[in-house]
Amino acid sequence: MVAKPNPRVGLFVTCLVDAIRPGIGFAAIQLLEEAGCRVEVPQGQTCCGQPALNSGDDTDAAHLARQTIAAFEGCDHVVLPSGSCAGTMVHAYPELLAGDPQWAARATAFAAKTHEITSFLVDVMGYRPQGRRLDASATYHDSCAGLRELRIAAQPRALLAEVEGLQMRPLEGNDVCCGFGGTFCVKYPQISEAITTEKAEAIERSGADILLAGDLGCLMNMAGKLHRRGARTRCFHTIEVLAGHADGPAIGEEG
Amino acid sequence: MTVPQPSFKERAAAALSDGALKIAIDRTTGTAERKRAAALATFPEFDAARAKGKAIKNHVIAHLDHYLEMFERNATAAGAQVHWATDDAEARAIVTRICLDANAKLVTRSKSMLGEEIGLPHALADAGIERVETDLAEHIIQLAGERPSHIVWPAMHRTREQVANLFRTGHNPPPAAEDPGTMVQSARRELRAKFLAADIGISGANFLVADTGATCTVTNEGNAELTTTPPRIHIVTAGIEKLVPSTAHAFALLRLLVRSATGGEMTQYTTFHHGPRRPGDADGPEEMHIVLVDNGRTRMLADEFREMLRCIRCGACMNHCVVYRQIGGHAYGGTYPGPMGAVLTPVLDGLAPSRDLAQACTMNGRCAEVCPVGIPLPTLLRAWRRRSWRERLEPGSVRAGIGLWAMLARRPALYRLASRIGVRALRLLGRRGWISRLPLAGGWTAYRDMPRPSGRTFMEQYRAEQARREGGR
Repeated sequence: MVAKPNPRVGLFVTCLVDAIRPGIGFAAIQLLEEAGCRVEVPQGQTCCGQPALNSGDDTDAAHLARQTIAAFEGCDHVVLPSGSCAGTMVHAYPELLAGDPQWAARATAFAAKTHEITSFLVDVMGYRPQGRRLDASATYHDSCAGLRELRIAAQPRALLAEVEGLQMRPLEGNDVCCGFGGTFCVKYPQISEAITTEKAEAIERSGADILLAGDLGCLMNMAGKLHRRGARTRCFHTIEVLAGHADGPAIGEEG
Repeated sequence: MTVPQPSFKERAAAALSDGALKIAIDRTTGTAERKRAAALATFPEFDAARAKGKAIKNHVIAHLDHYLEMFERNATAAGAQVHWATDDAEARAIVTRICLDANAKLVTRSKSMLGEEIGLPHALADAGIERVETDLAEHIIQLAGERPSHIVWPAMHRTREQVANLFRTGHNPPPAAEDPGTMVQSARRELRAKFLAADIGISGANFLVADTGATCTVTNEGNAELTTTPPRIHIVTAGIEKLVPSTAHAFALLRLLVRSATGGEMTQYTTFHHGPRRPGDADGPEEMHIVLVDNGRTRMLADEFREMLRCIRCGACMNHCVVYRQIGGHAYGGTYPGPMGAVLTPVLDGLAPSRDLAQACTMNGRCAEVCPVGIPLPTLLRAWRRRSWRERLEPGSVRAGIGLWAMLARRPALYRLASRIGVRALRLLGRRGWISRLPLAGGWTAYRDMPRPSGRTFMEQYRAEQARREGGR
């Protein structure tokens, strides 16, 4: 896909970034503007609807799908700092609204213009960060929805390779779920805990200073577990490092 | 009196606290994952083979009646007797009746998950018939008095060390040593006499070949051949989804099945059983009975779980499942564990007692990625979640929580206000960047800390900045 020059990009902030770590949203705006986009943040957005969708509540999920589609109608692209929410919009929205004659086509068109941010920057805008430097080692966790629903794997790595001084270390089981699973982690906390512990052990074994991933939900889970274990690993969203924000506080650090 | 059954959460908790179980699961699933990956690395046509396997199964499912009739015709022509069972009770009754009519005292059985599904082991015991499991892993769980915990390695929850203990008391004489080789020899000695003395051998079928009427078994131990050949009668119990149009189609699926299950290219023993012994045959049973079992399968045909009928029972989904790898198979509480079991168990046992299975999934999609016939397992699990929600099987607290959240999320301005208030409240609970105890989310903070919101919401900060920019113009 080739973008038209200076496309109008609507940023879907995601509910977790909005509440827990707004800096990821500002990193997204910075990178999108560097890539030549005109960024706006439609005020009709709230959450992509995944909590309803994953609970089997399709009525509320469909309502949020319609609300989101309407809020971004004027944008050339919809971009999100989350593979999970993007996967919901790309795959679930058309399914949720398939039987709705007024919305089915709009949902399909919306899905076609929606992108997770690292894949948008690389695949659509052909963007590479310039002049970024970070003297640290990092390891990358492939969040499941982005990896399997949207095939995001090469794009974040290609962008991170442009950061001078950053040494990427392999993570054992990088494509294995971290145990977050949205509401799963509070509905079945003991199972989640067992999965997350194995993930934290693998992160610690990597020896990396920094853990990176593209979804704040997974990052909160892994960072929270690493902190409880007393590990020193600092956790950032991939785009925070790409935007040069890794000199600021990591997840859970006070600014 | 009915004994109250432990809930899914209780079973899972028991499994999570069993250190030996975790060692056993890691050994087996870890090896399976490595061997499958190695097999696929030397099988570049996997994607094409998967597409073909999927197409074969879809074709059979779409024309199930046609192929069932063809199979019956050809199996009957080969001299087998074909029986139809609509549910598990009918299937048990048919098999038990054949055993009792033949005055059978001793029955050998080669591993079959369908046999477990219809409750055959119990039915035989209730009829006073001695049953001997001849698959090594089934032999182990028969000694332990347990049910399978994996569809390919039924005793995978047992460590070598635990098996040595079982054999020490269960074998006469006990094994001379506790290395795997000596233990296997001991089991072979125990089972050999039973193979030759059995009146009836019962097997399952990996494939039912419509155009020949043959049934196919695959094993790596050769026990299926010794179960089905020496006794007077061979009974096959098989689900109707095992049909394939021809032998060539069976081999197309076998390529996928073996690599996905064990990482091998081919099973050690692959046998097509085509009717009973004919005049001039060197061996074989005098009678062959084939019991075709529906047990919910035609119901799946008509609903959203239709794609599950493609399943060839390789076990790859459970080997790659983060939840299965923590809790093992027994915690699922049904015949079939793991992702495929989480889809099938509500079909077989009803949704109300098994509603947890579809919920206890992170939706990471690895199961669907490794499935050799492309079953969209997370999509099917989501379909069960949808039914649970519709039938109000979810706890009231969950419904109330989602209801409140949805009420806010559907009103952007109110949602922004609620987020601002929520973020301020959360910040009050935090100390030095982290929240270590969180009301209403104890499931989170019992095991991990929650990062404290780093400041005002994104929307608040963004709107303030926009206002500043506009004011500065």
